[in-house]
Amino acid sequence: MTGYARVPAAEIVSVALDDFTALYHRASGITHLVTSPVPELLDVLEEAPLGLGEIAARLAAVFEVEDEDALAVRLDELVAAGLVVRT
Amino acid sequence: MTMMVAGPAVRHSFAVRIGPVGFRVGSDWRTPIAALETLYADYPAPADDVPDFSVRLFARRPWRRFVRPAVMIGGDYVLPEAAPLPLAQGLLAAEMGMNLQMALGQRRYLLLHASAVERDGRALLMTGMSGAGKSTLAALLGRRGWRLMGDEFALIDPETGLVHAFPRLVSLKNAAIGVVERAIPDARFGPLMRATPKGDIRHLVPAAEAIARMEEPARPALILFPRYGFEPAERPVAPSEVFVRLTQASTNYTALGEPGFAALTRLVETLPARAIDYPDAESAIAQVERLWAAL
Amino acid sequence: MGRAVRYDGDLLARALRDPASTGSLDAGGWTALIGIARAEQLAGTLAHRLEGVAMPGAVARIMVDARASAAQGRIAALWEAEMARRVLAPLDCPVVLLKGTAFAAAGLSAGVGRSIGDLDILVPRDRIDAVEAALLGAGWEWVKPDPYDDAYYRRWMHELPPLIHRERDRMIDVHHTILPLTARITPDAAALIADSVALGNGLRMLSPADMLVHAAAHLFADGDLAGGMRNLWDIHCLIEQFGTDGLAERASHHGLEAEVHRAARLAHALYDTAIPEAWRTRHRADALYRRRLTARDGWGRPTRPLLRQGFYLRSHWLRMPPAMLARHLWTKWRKGYRPV
Repeated sequence: MTGYARVPAAEIVSVALDDFTALYHRASGITHLVTSPVPELLDVLEEAPLGLGEIAARLAAVFEVEDEDALAVRLDELVAAGLVVRT
Repeated sequence: MTMMVAGPAVRHSFAVRIGPVGFRVGSDWRTPIAALETLYADYPAPADDVPDFSVRLFARRPWRRFVRPAVMIGGDYVLPEAAPLPLAQGLLAAEMGMNLQMALGQRRYLLLHASAVERDGRALLMTGMSGAGKSTLAALLGRRGWRLMGDEFALIDPETGLVHAFPRLVSLKNAAIGVVERAIPDARFGPLMRATPKGDIRHLVPAAEAIARMEEPARPALILFPRYGFEPAERPVAPSEVFVRLTQASTNYTALGEPGFAALTRLVETLPARAIDYPDAESAIAQVERLWAAL
Repeated sequence: MGRAVRYDGDLLARALRDPASTGSLDAGGWTALIGIARAEQLAGTLAHRLEGVAMPGAVARIMVDARASAAQGRIAALWEAEMARRVLAPLDCPVVLLKGTAFAAAGLSAGVGRSIGDLDILVPRDRIDAVEAALLGAGWEWVKPDPYDDAYYRRWMHELPPLIHRERDRMIDVHHTILPLTARITPDAAALIADSVALGNGLRMLSPADMLVHAAAHLFADGDLAGGMRNLWDIHCLIEQFGTDGLAERASHHGLEAEVHRAARLAHALYDTAIPEAWRTRHRADALYRRRLTARDGWGRPTRPLLRQGFYLRSHWLRMPPAMLARHLWTKWRKGYRPV
């Protein structure tokens, strides 16, 4: 089963600007300007991999998750950005 | 020291300090150096006589010193695609070379492509697209109760958050030349260079106070995004938009890493930001004074 | 003296091998040293070597900046390696980091302050298509579709045409050996990979002896000595850190014994590298190499054009049989490219 893990929290400096949040990723030196649901998503992820169902369930406490496919697309974007590791 | 160096020595050279940054310019020709000596006459030498950056103006082939002389721009940091300029524009080549060193090599300060003026120890930053009038506004404000800190680059110290002055020669382009010549008739100007790659260019020597006090940093207090050629208008700019615009206005944000991020987010979180549209310089100055008074 | 002093790369070599020697520099000397170090891509290395040495305040500030710049460059380089690792991990094929990235990843002294450009990796030749496909599927793309260059690379070179990542704007060079297939010398690529060392993060680096062989090959056989002072500093650090035991045998196995010996002699001459007494033989050409390596003036300008041209032609001669060389140079010149 595919699992998703976030990079260690200490690697990310986060500054909320308005609707956007600026993330500085220490391991890469790259700045990401992100909007909801990315900060929420990073909040519910852990350094140990979680399955898609578990992530959706945790996120449901914050806002409505319409479908898991859309969630997977968002997660894969974070994988490409290097902030999330897929296992 | 070891001898046997092929090739001629650097023929003419000049050294100067602008704000906290020292430069030396070496040239195959005398004329650009003579122009720099005249226009930067009141500036100090680099700290400890060791410049931060070197610029070289050179002929691509030895005979091109004399035949249709074309000035190549080199230095510590270079862009391979930088095209040569005719010798009559040698001063522009020197200025472009110095700007290039800052844009590519500056690592001590977060470099913002912005003009800056100061009053009462607090700084106003103005940034925008080319042609937005930030140089013209800075030059005019610099003669009306403000201290000119720079028309091209604002240097933010990541450790203190202060802006450092970089009052190089003010580069006036096209219509701005006439506007400033009429507004400040007693100012010192460089030669008028027509039909350069950037249009007509004329350099303005900053006011004596701007040079004398160039070592004084200031606390940033307001950031403006001016836009020339529109009816007067102003709007607040959201922090995320300020953040994006400033990263785009910085050539070394990425290279600085975390200190750059910290300096930039600090500016965004602490500075009020306004976009202003203006039809002419007088209208812009009135807008600036009103916004400043309301701080 | 003062004004009349003329500097060359020896100024930098001396500062690197004996940091305290900078105590005699005046402002002009420091300025020349900084200019030459920047031109040779050694500013960060120099700044680390000179840490703790007395220097004027302006120089100290420049050195702090150079160290910070190298540190940030290191972060970006290691991240690029990590992103390649994540993409190539499913292929289950050995991925060997080369040059600067390997030095940084392994914490070697050669990596301290070193500027790092592209990411260079070595993979088995029979896996190169899979590696290429995986990279193309993960955001890397060809730098420039140039039919001549592309055909040239694929037929004759020891690497894929360079790829660049479209988001991060960083290049990767995927090698399957360390010298072009046209070179008369053909190192044992399988042995390079078989004897490589795990780095602990899933990536690998060459064995110390092979790193030295590669650095020497890179210095002489696969280049025109451009940037040679930095390559030679790599060699100096590797020898200082790992010694020379077994090095000659390994170099001989790869057919690069002469190159490794010459590199060691030059490192000894420039940087006082500790090399076996028996290796310190005299060779007429060494002086020419040395003069080519240090051909910079106090403004960082390249000097000694006759030597440069000679080494450019020579380096191609080593890589390609003569007829192919003529064709290659002609194609380059027609496109407006000139050596020097």
